[in-house]
Order: sequence, then C-alpha cells, then structure tokens
Amino acid sequence: MPVTLSQRRTARQRLTSGLAMTAFIYGLLTMDALVSLFPLYWMFNTAFTPGSEVIKLPPELIPKNPSLENFHLVVKAAPNIWRWGANTLFIALVTMGLHVLFDAMSGYAFAKRRFPGSRVLFWLVIAALMIPGQVTLVPLYIMISDMRRVLTEITAGWPQYSVIVEAASNYGAVILPGLADVIGIFLMKQFIQTLPSELEEAARIDGASELNIFTRIILPLSAPALAVNAIFAFQRYWYAFLWPLVVLQKQEYYTLQVGLSFVYRSEFGTNYGLLMAGAAMAAIPMIIFFFAFQRYFMAGIRIGALKG
Amino acid sequence: MGFLVSAWNRYKWSYFFIAPSMFFFFIFLLYPVFRVFLLAFQEWALKGSKWVGLRNFQDIFFGLSSKLFWYTMEHTVLYAVVVVVVWIVTALVVAGLLQPLDNRVQSLYRGAFYLPYVTSIVIISLVWIWIFNPDYGFFNWLLGLAHVEPLRWLVDPKIALWSVILSTILIVPGSGVVLYSAAIGSIPRELYEAAEVEGASAVRKWLHITIPLLQPTTLYLTVIYTIAAFQVFDRVFIMTGGGPINATTTIVQLIYATAFSDFNFGKASAEALVLFVIIAAFSAVQFKLLSTEVEY
Repeated sequence: MPVTLSQRRTARQRLTSGLAMTAFIYGLLTMDALVSLFPLYWMFNTAFTPGSEVIKLPPELIPKNPSLENFHLVVKAAPNIWRWGANTLFIALVTMGLHVLFDAMSGYAFAKRRFPGSRVLFWLVIAALMIPGQVTLVPLYIMISDMRRVLTEITAGWPQYSVIVEAASNYGAVILPGLADVIGIFLMKQFIQTLPSELEEAARIDGASELNIFTRIILPLSAPALAVNAIFAFQRYWYAFLWPLVVLQKQEYYTLQVGLSFVYRSEFGTNYGLLMAGAAMAAIPMIIFFFAFQRYFMAGIRIGALKG
Repeated sequence: MGFLVSAWNRYKWSYFFIAPSMFFFFIFLLYPVFRVFLLAFQEWALKGSKWVGLRNFQDIFFGLSSKLFWYTMEHTVLYAVVVVVVWIVTALVVAGLLQPLDNRVQSLYRGAFYLPYVTSIVIISLVWIWIFNPDYGFFNWLLGLAHVEPLRWLVDPKIALWSVILSTILIVPGSGVVLYSAAIGSIPRELYEAAEVEGASAVRKWLHITIPLLQPTTLYLTVIYTIAAFQVFDRVFIMTGGGPINATTTIVQLIYATAFSDFNFGKASAEALVLFVIIAAFSAVQFKLLSTEVEY
C-alpha cells in the first residue's frame, strides 16, 4: 500500500515533536540537577578560591587562581579536623560493625526460631521503630551523665589511666546509645525469613552446631542484606549530629559534624573560604564512598524510608 | 526442675542470638522511653526530683512561655506543610520525566539527585549560610543582576524561616525520586501502550495513569516526609540557631534549648512527649501502610 503524503507528514511531525519532547525533558532534568548540585559546586568553588578573592563581587564562577590556601588555613585554624575525621570514622565503623553482627543474630532468631517471648519482643521492636530519637534525648543524657560520673569515681584512684577513661567516656557516650537502634533488626528479620529453611534443617540433622548454622549458612546467604544494613548504619552514625553535639565534651572527641559547627561558631566563622574548605574536607570521603557503593546506598534509601 | 533444664536446652541458643541487641535495646531505648514519661511529670534536680503533676504541660500550653511554644508549632507546621508538598510534587514530576529515558541515563540522574544528601545536612547548611550571606552571598548577587534590592535572608526575622524552607525545597528530594522511579517501574507497560493507541499525550498519561497508580507511594512518602519535617533540627541549628528572635525555632530546637540552655529537663521531656504524640499519629498511619504492603 502506497504511503500517502499526509501519513508521511504526521510521521515526520511526530518525530520532530518527539525530539523536542526529549530535549525538553533533558533540559528540565538537567536544570533540576544543576540547582540541586549547586550548593556542593559552590562549596568546592569557594574552597579553591584564595582568601582575598572569596569576598569579591561579582563572584568567580570558576576560581581564577585556584589554590589550596583555604585548606592550609582550615587545618591551621582547626588542627583537630583530622582527629575529628578519625573520630567520626571510628564511631561509625564500630557502631556499624556491632550492628551488622547483632542485627543479623537477632534477625535470624526472630525470623527462624520460636521461643517464649519472641512475639512480644518483636512487637516491642516494631513499636520502637515509631519513636523518634529526640524523645529519649533528655533521659538518655541523664543516664549517660550518671554513667560517666560513676566511671570517673571508680577510676579516680588510677590517674595514670585518665586519658583512656576520658576516651572511653566520650566514645562510649556516642556508641552505646547508637547500638539500641532497631531498624537493622527489622531489616534482617524481613530478609532472613525469605531464606529457605531446608539448608538449616539438613545441617542440623548432620549434627552441625547452632553457632555453625548461623555463621556457615545464614550469614553467607544474607550477604546482600548485611551489606545494605552496613552502609545504612555507617551513614546514620557518620551524619549523626544532635546526640554527639550534646554528649561530646572535649574538642578532641568531636565528630566532623560537631567540629564543623564549632568552627562556624568560632572566630573563623566569617572566613567563608576557610569554612568551605573545612566543609569540603568533611564531604569528600562520603562522596567517594557513595560512588563506590552507589547500589547499596540506593537500596538503603528504601529501608531509610521505613524509619523516616 | 527437669522441665526447666529441658526448656533451657531447647531455647538457650535463641536467647543467645537475641541477647546482644536486646541488651542495648532495653537499656538505651526502652528504659529512656519509660523514663521520659516520668520526667515529664517531674521537676528534675541532680539531688532528687520532685513530682509536679501536670505543671510542665501547663507551662508549655498556658504558661508564660506558652507563646513561644505555639510560635514554635506554627514554624514547624509551616515548614512541614510547604516542604512536604513541594517535595512530593517535585519528586513526582522528576520521576515522571525520568520514566521515558534509557535506564543508564536514569540512574545517572538519580545519582545526581541523591548526591546532595550524601554529604551531611550540617555541611550543606554551612554552604547555605554562605550563599545567603547578605554582602557577598551568591543569592544577593543574583538579585543584584535582576536589579532587586538585596535580602537579609537569614538575618531578617520576617523571612528567615522562608529562607530555611527555600534551602530545603530547592534541592530535589533524592529519596523520593528513587522510590517513585522504583514504583513506576512496576506499572504495567500495557497501560501506557493502550493510552498511546488512543492518542493520549505524555502529560495526560502522567496525570491519568502514573499519578493514580503511584498513590500508595505518595501516601507513604507524605507520611515519612512529614515525620522527618517535624524532626527538623540540624539545618535550623546551624543556619540560624532558632533565631533571629526565635523566628525559626522548631520543636526539636525548642526541646534542645529547654534542656541544654535552660537545663529544665522536666519541661524538655514534656515537650518531647508532645512531639512524640504528633509523630506517633503519623507513624500509626505509616504502620497501617506498611502492614498492607511491604515492598523491597
């Protein structure tokens, strides 16, 4: 059948309108992305602009004389910034590691084992998901202060260990309450209950110990969920702000977030080049981490959505 | 006795597996929750607390400082309503725009939209302070280009809260885009094909197919974004500290100030309970949604 002229024209029109549509979509999305990414771009832009040129109008959209001056300045003004990074990493890693292990253990018990109290306990876990962290802020603060006072009193006789006691008292104040989080238990239970029980039962018949069943069968099969839980936990404690702000008493023990807010409130708070360099230093590790583990981050968003 | 021994042998491993997480859960979560209910009815002091009945709540709702509390509620509700509505609409539009694109292009954009959330709110808020700077900030420079008088974004009590809101809504909500995209992926292709046969435009398809079918996700995101908005603290604390003259104080900022500036732990606990009740109401809705469909 011969193609009529009018049919051809509509096909062509459709093609051009399709192209216009695609261009429109790309245009809108790119604009959205540029606006969203603007603060990050502006942070790096200012961080690499040497001090005197930061407060200049019109601002440079790309540093004319890029330099690391601001980074040197911030390290001089806040020499603890490396320490803060190490503290944050330490706190996030320890809390993450313990969460990954403990959540898998109890997730397995709740998913696959029946024992007296399991339903009540899991119901409590679910109910606790609804409790926002700020609700327990004051009682937790009182508890932690009491624990710290007792710790100082007990160890008063050994002044030579006071540095260790101080470190334990600060890191512990952030880490211990972090371990009470229940979202990971919920995540691991949901995942482990989808695993077939046959492997476990076969191993049990073969005489494998309960501990072996957990470490040799459950853990390897749960690898994807473990990874998601790990990344999700790491992020939570890396970003934590309110609680560390409240309990960390000495500059040496600050996390990056608390340290940066401290720099901002110090006499360097109006030196925006310095401030942006500090912010950039704190942002870079997470940005690298994100690009390395993007897949797990995206999976974490869905679980994060559960907690809100 | 024999019964106990056999029960112990049967269940000891189960208790062994739950012991570590339940230990921390009971001590650092359940007990503080129990304690906050007591504290809210007490006047706290280092050497013994005193029961004061409902006085802390009376103080919050009707006392001398009640004006500040209602002012704070106003800010929090305004922040929550604007942020949640704009975020949901933005996420819906962006996810809809992403839908026809190639998968790899989609994930590139999703990565770009999520990147701002990878750094912390503290970091991004510090950048916003700089962007909002009245003398050398980027925004006032832009206004200058358009011959508009410069604004004192975070310093002017009349607009400070709106500046904080603006800094929140200008960033596309990466999590919403990701969740909507996932939900769109599960809408059957045939629905769109049928609509195309009937000559429906892209906008009509989005309005009449995508949006109605995404309703569960929309409901769900609305609830979790509302809960998150009611807990807003980091960005307010960094950008304004609740000022100027309390113009940006939100509930959590108020709890923080009551507890750690006034050291009134009883009243702070009562305020926390008020927040708890508000969030519990939204959580109940969320829980309902979750129990009807858990999606991964």
